[in-house]
Amino acid sequence: MAERYDIVIVGAGPAGLAAAEAALARNARVAWLDAQATAGGQVWRKDVQHGWPQRAERVISKVLSHANLTWMPQTQVIAAEQNELLLQNERQALRIAYGALILATGARELLLPFPGWTLPGVTGAGGLQALAKQGWPLAGRRVVIAGSGPLLLAAAATAKRHGAQVLGIYEQADQTAVHAFARKLWRWPGKAIQAAMLRAQLAGIPYYYGSIVTRALGEHTLEYIEVDGPHGMQRIACDQLAIGYGLVPNVELAHMLGCAMTQEGAHPSVQVDASQRTSVANVYAAGELCGIGGRDCAWVEGRVAGITATGGTVGAALLQQQRHARKFATALGAHFKLDPYIHDLAQPDTLICRCEDVPLQALKDYDDARSAKLATRCGMGACQGRVCGTALAELGLFPRSGQRPPLFPARLATLGEFASSSDTEGSFS
Amino acid sequence: MKQVRIDIDGQTLDVPAGISVAAAMARLRPSVRRSVSGQMRAPFCGMGICFECRVRIDGVAQQRACMTPVRDGMQVVTDG
Amino acid sequence: MKRYDLIIVGAGIIGTACADYASEQGLRVAIIEPGPIGGGATAAAMGHLVAMDDDPAELALAHYSLGLWEDFTDVAQIEYTRCGTLWVASNEAEYAHIPAKIARLAAVGVQAELIDSERLYQLEPALAPGLHGGMRVPREAVVYPPGMARHLLDRARARGASLYTQHVAALTKQGVLLDDRTALSGAVLVATGCALPQLLPQLPMRARKGHLVITDRYPGIVQHQLLELGYADSAHGDADSSVAFNVQPRPTGQILIGSSREYGSDTAQVSLPMVRRMLERTFRYLPSLRQLDALRIWTGFRPVSADGRPYLGRVPDRENVWVAAGHEGLGITTSLGSARLVIDQYLGRATAIDPHPYDPARAVASA
Repeated sequence: MAERYDIVIVGAGPAGLAAAEAALARNARVAWLDAQATAGGQVWRKDVQHGWPQRAERVISKVLSHANLTWMPQTQVIAAEQNELLLQNERQALRIAYGALILATGARELLLPFPGWTLPGVTGAGGLQALAKQGWPLAGRRVVIAGSGPLLLAAAATAKRHGAQVLGIYEQADQTAVHAFARKLWRWPGKAIQAAMLRAQLAGIPYYYGSIVTRALGEHTLEYIEVDGPHGMQRIACDQLAIGYGLVPNVELAHMLGCAMTQEGAHPSVQVDASQRTSVANVYAAGELCGIGGRDCAWVEGRVAGITATGGTVGAALLQQQRHARKFATALGAHFKLDPYIHDLAQPDTLICRCEDVPLQALKDYDDARSAKLATRCGMGACQGRVCGTALAELGLFPRSGQRPPLFPARLATLGEFASSSDTEGSFS
Repeated sequence: MKQVRIDIDGQTLDVPAGISVAAAMARLRPSVRRSVSGQMRAPFCGMGICFECRVRIDGVAQQRACMTPVRDGMQVVTDG
Repeated sequence: MKRYDLIIVGAGIIGTACADYASEQGLRVAIIEPGPIGGGATAAAMGHLVAMDDDPAELALAHYSLGLWEDFTDVAQIEYTRCGTLWVASNEAEYAHIPAKIARLAAVGVQAELIDSERLYQLEPALAPGLHGGMRVPREAVVYPPGMARHLLDRARARGASLYTQHVAALTKQGVLLDDRTALSGAVLVATGCALPQLLPQLPMRARKGHLVITDRYPGIVQHQLLELGYADSAHGDADSSVAFNVQPRPTGQILIGSSREYGSDTAQVSLPMVRRMLERTFRYLPSLRQLDALRIWTGFRPVSADGRPYLGRVPDRENVWVAAGHEGLGITTSLGSARLVIDQYLGRATAIDPHPYDPARAVASA
């Protein structure tokens, strides 16, 4: 029998946290799940050395200690059937039923292929930030941060805080674009303060515009990179390259539930109204999932969803905050557009599908994702196209298709009659 | 900081409690998994999306190391 | 208007096998396929090359075809892996039937051996305790069907066959009309599987949905394609839905899990209740599979004729229209033999096996 909750929230980043706080304030019985072991999502990931950011810690502690909150860490959604979710954690499978579901599954990094991107030592920019916070040894390591977007600054700050020698930040957008973005920040005081703080933290770290990492090289691990920039090609020796080109919404669960999507550019996001309702009854969505808009936007939207999903009305002030926060998203997208050169970095022998080792040249004979998959295995591996499929969509090659269950790799026991994973007996006697 | 003791490919390691298995392995070697064509790989996305960090943990194969905190007595087996 | 000797509609395993043989015999061939090559039932097939002994006509066709498959063992794209088949007996009665099965297979030259329970667990230690033994067919193999369809098509095109990527709008007196109003003239061979009724509504066809689950890489757990001896009851029975234990070790080290059968569903959507039934059946025989991770679940539709045997031959009351469709769960195995049976009849030659059981006229007459 499935345990029923008034509100189920998937995702424990800012949007999910705000939704949980708001829903609990309205006396709802809430189940709050995340695939990670601790709350905070990516942007408020608990740092093993430094804990949570102060503001996040206050709310997280308050929410986690609330009597009406059931916290489910290390829990993945596997499938959805008729207002119920099939979940799996490390040990067992379970079903929960919801009155309303709030999707706050956030975003993942846009990771694009280029020669050498599979070398140990190359990670995403947000990837390195996540690894640093989970205890990755960075003291004394020479780190280059590259790609695009404000995330690069945050990643550099985290790396520096963990003792890395950050050699530089290489932003592909040109100086005009970045300065124009910076000039807009006064409209979002929170962002402006954040930027100023980051600037202070990053004093001494060179920031380069119009610069693109074209290759990563090394025999078994990363030894140096090549960067193309305004002053020509440079070779830089380093131990870690943290490279990411922005964020992409994690729409797979929403897609599986049948939520309508919108698409600006290469990647879909979940379509919501002003109440954060999706096109599916009783399903709400908030935050990066609805379009990359940053932490403050996610917080406001999560709050709205927590209120409306519990039958409340959103005050005018909050609505105004919501609209304003979403405008930041638009500014972000406009100023950090990717240089088309980045789409052409992959060489014929550059692997596109990392799970199945499929190179770019293997894909050239196919017009659609399915034919390519059947013929080359591209997308058949463990990540089920989350990395290669997203990259190919960005490169304008094959658009991403939908997601069937299991949403993530699931134990066969979970897909059976939910026997616990310790049940290995079976006999014909 | 509290320490836990884990075993990686037969080597014992004392690491801070709360770090991920991926972070623990990085103290020992730069790469943990062989790709399908034999290339050495290391954790890449840091957030459970790319599946490059899969190792065998306490006898169960294909576990994402970046999503798993270390536990005292944990046995980790990598490809490398 | 473009003229061909043979216009083949559909580039699944059947259509491409026909195109390959027809072009090899010197015919000028067109093949029409708007979707991915081998993207229909071929992509949802397990790729198990197997002789099943309960229907003599099916056994004859399978045996003929399996011999032809031996020419493809070295083609990389096909991933031919001779892992053998191991049929598992869960009780005394099933075990007692095995010698008769071995004899029927031997009569057509398929070598099979009786396996007692001690040997069974030596061969497959992951099997659940309490099984009585089984029947091993060591020379059987598994293949990757879309790879074979692609390979056969490439061979046909290398011999001059033309691929059209439009849809067929209609059969005409001369041949076919495509959806962009291109007209092709020539004899037509319809190999469209479940979509057969669109062009040939006089031939009954049902779609029988199946589910497949594939795991992450866990090499060494299962050695053979493993099936329960009751599998044929599921395949040949007419139940609205049924499951049977059927598991395959892929060359990648992944484990492919089937099988389910279901009438009455026309959506490709995964049915989790059906998956549950199929997996629970699987766990009875391989309990340790519970621990493994599934990466993906998908579905496919088996084309089922009026009596479960394929239609292979001339369509009655149509001057120049032929059919090769309706193979249920044996399309991959019998593809090569089916192609020869139809094309040899088209060329007016003697066929290697009796074509009568597959005569399309049987279905139209009784409709």
